[in-house]
Amino acid sequence: MKKILAALALTTALTLPGVALARPVTLTTTLKSYGGDGAYLAIYVTDAQGAYAGTLWMAGGKAKYYEHLADWYRATGGNASEINGITGASVGAGRTLEITLDLADALFDAGYTLHVDAAVEDMRDSPNDVSVPLTSTNAGQAVQGRRYVASLTYAM
Amino acid sequence: MTRLLHRWPGVVGLALLALLAVSGAALSIFPAAERLSSPRTDPTASIAEVASRIQSAIPGVEQIRRSPSGRITAFWFDNGTPGSAVIDPATGQAIGSADPNQIERWMTNLHRSLFLDDTGRLVSAAGAASMLLLSISGILLVARRTGGWRRWFAPLRGPLAGRIHVELARAAVLGLLLSSATALWMTASTFSLLPDGPAALDQSAASGKKGAALSAMPLLAATPIDDLRELTFPYPDDATDVFTLKTDSGTGAIDQGTGQTLGWVDLTAWERATETVYMLHTGRGASLLGLLLGVMALAVPAMGITGLVVWAAARRGRPSIKGNASPSGADVVVLVGSEGGSTWGFAATLQAALTKAGRRVHVAPMSAFAPGRTRAATHYIVLAATYGDGDAPASAKGFLDRLSALRAAPSAPVAVLGFGDRNFPRFCAYAEAVDTAARTKGWNTLLPFDTIDRQSPQEFARWGRTLGQALGIPLELDHQPVAPRTTGLTLVSRRDYGQEVQASTAILRFALPRLGFLQRLMGRGFARFEAGDLIGILPQGSTVPRFYSLASGSRDGFVEIVVRKHAGGVCSGMLTGLQPGQPVEAFLRRNPTFHPPRGRKPLILIGAGTGIGPLAGLVRANDRLRPMHLFFGMRHRDSDFLYGAELAHWASEGRLASLATACSRGEHPRYVQQVIARESAALAAAIGAGAHVMVCGGREMASGVAETLAAILEPMGLSPARLKAEGRYVEDVY
Ligand SMILES: Cc1cc2nc3c(=O)[nH]c(=O)nc-3n(C[C@H](O)[C@H](O)[C@H](O)COP(=O)(O)OP(=O)(O)OC[C@H]3O[C@@H](n4cnc5c(N)ncnc54)[C@H](O)[C@@H]3O)c2cc1C
Ligand SMILES: Cc1cc2nc3c(=O)[nH]c(=O)nc-3n(C[C@H](O)[C@H](O)[C@H](O)COP(=O)(O)O)c2cc1C
Repeated sequence: MKKILAALALTTALTLPGVALARPVTLTTTLKSYGGDGAYLAIYVTDAQGAYAGTLWMAGGKAKYYEHLADWYRATGGNASEINGITGASVGAGRTLEITLDLADALFDAGYTLHVDAAVEDMRDSPNDVSVPLTSTNAGQAVQGRRYVASLTYAM
Repeated sequence: MTRLLHRWPGVVGLALLALLAVSGAALSIFPAAERLSSPRTDPTASIAEVASRIQSAIPGVEQIRRSPSGRITAFWFDNGTPGSAVIDPATGQAIGSADPNQIERWMTNLHRSLFLDDTGRLVSAAGAASMLLLSISGILLVARRTGGWRRWFAPLRGPLAGRIHVELARAAVLGLLLSSATALWMTASTFSLLPDGPAALDQSAASGKKGAALSAMPLLAATPIDDLRELTFPYPDDATDVFTLKTDSGTGAIDQGTGQTLGWVDLTAWERATETVYMLHTGRGASLLGLLLGVMALAVPAMGITGLVVWAAARRGRPSIKGNASPSGADVVVLVGSEGGSTWGFAATLQAALTKAGRRVHVAPMSAFAPGRTRAATHYIVLAATYGDGDAPASAKGFLDRLSALRAAPSAPVAVLGFGDRNFPRFCAYAEAVDTAARTKGWNTLLPFDTIDRQSPQEFARWGRTLGQALGIPLELDHQPVAPRTTGLTLVSRRDYGQEVQASTAILRFALPRLGFLQRLMGRGFARFEAGDLIGILPQGSTVPRFYSLASGSRDGFVEIVVRKHAGGVCSGMLTGLQPGQPVEAFLRRNPTFHPPRGRKPLILIGAGTGIGPLAGLVRANDRLRPMHLFFGMRHRDSDFLYGAELAHWASEGRLASLATACSRGEHPRYVQQVIARESAALAAAIGAGAHVMVCGGREMASGVAETLAAILEPMGLSPARLKAEGRYVEDVY
């Protein structure tokens, strides 16, 4: 279980300077017991047109493997500045990643979608393992992933 | 220097290297097993053909992969649940599970990161770096030991551990070099220290249409299946997505509507290099090589253990010489001939004093004499002890042969100093022989031949002053002998003999001392000894140890010696006065020359007085009932028949084949050599058939025995000297 309480770096497009316009959101990602090494996870947001808007978290430290997070990699070109300061360890099978960050109010109910790309060594890459629209009604609801992610919940 | 670079990574990294090697060897099996179990592909088939077959068998297929071993795996999505299977490329049908092998995964993680993630990867990489260092320095050392590159596979001599170590190294070193170098490359790649990332794929926009058949895609049709790495299908509901193809030569994108290639990028040279390294290290794609490397890796634990034994033996044998100069840079070369190690102490004192006076001094065993490697030398100094009957001590073996094999003596002059004991009839005889051989060779003398009696520091200091004069420097040699490290032995029982015949003798039995784990593991000190080895005892106030032959082996579970009390004798008086429960400080000295050779050839054991001790020990340990014939001389049957009762018992068990005794007092006074003369026919037959002779005890007895045997052997064209040279006649005399 991993808990990060720091506010997201201001350089990303997703947070706003004023605390009044942002709220703390806790993202809980639980992985299936898929019987492999630790998974790399890219957690990021796309806008209503499906265009990449920004990254919330990168689980996994070796840039060499980022190309296996295929959608995220295609959107960002693997650009390291996208994940500066928001990188943690990879997540073991059956484990839970919990992060808390301040997200801008404007992201909710405005067509934005939260995505998780996952990759595990020697196993099938799983871009877009989870995707869930960011809405106030979805908050608190667990969403199933496709391959490695058992459930994803965001709570405000 | 090379030796240091070899020793320390080996000693420090032993456990880690053994772990990496054994896990690596285990991992080498998997690629071979995968290769054997994977169905063969038809090499003329194209990716398009095989992929079409798979697509019709598994409509939801998302990705097809080919591993370097040739195994083809498909991944698919079926009603929201992912699936995967190994595929028969001939039919496209799923034939087995594609789940990763858990044992292999566990072993891989152990091997590359010790389950410690990045920290562990760095530790493993450090292990690989030491393996590389060990391989390189080891290659240099083997070449040095065998006498050059051309003699790389020359037969070896020396102690067993060292031979095993070098034999294994010669067979395995190329594999270890390859495995460790590739491991370092792979670590560098993992930590993104190499520019071996993929080049960006520049692709034109997709048509936005869907539905082209796989067979209508030129790139797939033109690429043979054996080149495939990975073919990824577009997302079912994303018309802008493309087919992505990775092959042995690069990556391409294919339009799912038109089937046309949208872009292609070749592997960079760095990527290719990394992939080759990966193949060489893991055996994936080269499974036979992988197996070979795995077998070679198995030599690592054995080399670690034998290496440790060699290192420990070298440490035991001599004190460390601080700041020993390299052979090529030294102006004074000190050659040491020692068996018990005390002469090394004198050499260390000499080296320190000369170094202080500004000389560069290289100290080496006499057996490593190689003037070709010490060309800068201006002076040679030989310090040599004497053993046996004027024989070379252990660290001087082969010196005289090396000297006589030289085309010419070195131009730098030499001084020979003998270490000995005036109680022996041939005082410093070996050192004298060395001095004579040097003159015969025309080697200039720096100082006249001199001797040191019983390790006398005063005599050494006096010789040092003459040496200083010859070198033109003031030289004060203040030698403080280091006492050998002793172990406390407690007397458990004593049996007394011989008082009535003025030969007070006691069989003293001590408890086996408690030993540390490491001592036991290394067989050091009292952890492992045999009858015929010696224990040394340093009486208070004396720097010269007295030696006593062991009448037991470590397997007997006790330490036994036979001591005769000398009138006024310091050590023998102390020992024969010892009562059960009292301790004595002793150290173990191995005496390998006085062990019988293996095999079932008969042994002829001859001893008198206390000389019975090691011989009785041999008979006691004769579990394999090898024929042993004992000739034992005493004074009087009723007074000093040492081991009398046991010998009768051992004879009834078959451990002792025959016993002949001689009593120098009483009704028929006789010496042991007279009994031998009486049995001359039987002895001649036995020796002619290959029996070994072992003699132990007083010097006079031994020379009497040698004379008698000479007469017996003469008609056969043999002599004790000849048998000695063959190692079939050994003596332990004092
Ligand atoms: C390889 C080897 C194996 C041996 N094995 C055995 C063994 O198994 N059993 C055994 O009993 N011995 C053995 N010895 C002999 C043993 O080591 C000693 O030499 C012996 O015990 C005498 O030692 P010490 O200290 O009693 O006599 P030391 O004090 O060294 O005296 C040596 C001799 O000088 C005489 N002496 C001493 N002081 C004087 C004096 N002031 N005036 C005149 N004479 C004097 C003594 O009587 C004695 O004979 C072995 C020796 C060797 C080298
Ligand atoms: C078994 C044995 C035999 C020896 N034989 C002789 C000998 O024949 N002549 C001699 O001068 N010294 C002899 N010595 C004495 C040693 O040469 C002397 O103690 C020397 O200083 C030992 O040096 P080291 O400890 O470096 O081996 C013998 C010592 C032992 C233990």
